[in-house]
Amino acid sequence: MPHDHHHHDDDHHDHDHSVLPSDPALRVKALETVLTQKGLIDPAALDAIIDTYQNRIGPQNGARVVARAWSDPAFRARLLADATEVVAEMGLYGRQGEHIVAVENTPDTHNIVVCTLCSCYPWPLLGIPPGWYKSDAYRARAVREPRAVLAEFGVTLAEGQAVRVWDSTAELRYLVIPMRPEGSEGMDEDALMALVTRDSMIGTGLARAPT
Amino acid sequence: MTRVHDMGGRWGDGAIPVNPDEPVFKEAWHARALAVTLAAGGLGQWTLDASRHARELLGTMDYTRFSYYEKWLAALADLLVARGIVTRAELAAGQGDGISPLAPRRLTADAVPAVLARGGPTDRASAATPRFAAGDRVITRRPARNIHVAGGHTRLPAYAAGVPGTILSCHGAHVFPDTNAHGLGEAPEPLYTIVFRATDLWGSAENPRDEVTADLWQSYLDPAP
Repeated sequence: MPHDHHHHDDDHHDHDHSVLPSDPALRVKALETVLTQKGLIDPAALDAIIDTYQNRIGPQNGARVVARAWSDPAFRARLLADATEVVAEMGLYGRQGEHIVAVENTPDTHNIVVCTLCSCYPWPLLGIPPGWYKSDAYRARAVREPRAVLAEFGVTLAEGQAVRVWDSTAELRYLVIPMRPEGSEGMDEDALMALVTRDSMIGTGLARAPT
Repeated sequence: MTRVHDMGGRWGDGAIPVNPDEPVFKEAWHARALAVTLAAGGLGQWTLDASRHARELLGTMDYTRFSYYEKWLAALADLLVARGIVTRAELAAGQGDGISPLAPRRLTADAVPAVLARGGPTDRASAATPRFAAGDRVITRRPARNIHVAGGHTRLPAYAAGVPGTILSCHGAHVFPDTNAHGLGEAPEPLYTIVFRATDLWGSAENPRDEVTADLWQSYLDPAP
């Protein structure tokens, strides 16, 4: 337990982190220095982690899954039945994406994903979550007033469409399969990928219409 | 009962801070904070559930005023001291005092791709038959709380406590965060996706057909009366 002190858990003035510098950039630097000097972290490993999430893993991964689901009915059926296995075959298994569930938007139901308790998000498919996804406002409001939240993203749902909000409270990570936009008939997978936005795979956006 | 992180359904947080041009890491130190946290987690001295709980244990005022990665950093510092890996004096000085006995466990750069690709799956083999099946009506525990540790970690949000719902799917047995966060073992339990009617959660809803789901462990649930 992190707080086996004589005082109560919530006596936050005495938390160990309070001895660190108040400027967050200096706080990171202090932690990194202490841990490096103690032989506990390798600065080159930090660079490798940052490179992974800055340059290698991002929404293009999820977009590839969606574009294929739009193009290939057998793939789509397998994805909806067992997304973890299907994305693993595509090399998209990894940390914070060990158990993937794909949910499909239809004219009847629009899906939207949130993590009210922290910031759970399908990292191998979408990368690091955007700031708004981790904000108090999104975490607090998405479950109670998803339509008001969607309106702030410029999304208005079709009449008759119900909303299903997925609160990621366990290690399941959700990928929304947006509806394939009209006018995209005949487009190949690469062209379709360009229509799939990050927000459309969280449910706070729709796929782009082809231009 | 609940802590400040458990904010689903809360009023008063204002507009969503949408920024379409936001880079992956808004500040260089954000990237560093993420990487230090992941690398320190790689030492294997705490579970993901314990690190979540360390963030939840931040005081209400700290949790509210800290930005996202500041929460990570504060929780990391607290965990490092609580586990005896780093001393409070070392943190205060910003200098490490000697090589740690855990140094051989250090995550090296060449191991990063494999470690990130391997992840940490939480499903576990279990011979136990799940108590519920898809379509069953259940009701969630109320109040939402950890029944093993007062004020401890739980993944039943307060807004979904004491609410009737329907089992949408069963995902087999998963590590139980309520014990695992506190060093009480993985104690795997069947994990279900429960679908709630928005009107049952909130009294009134934007649309009566709207629903919210949550992924909940079996011991949070009873058959609906």
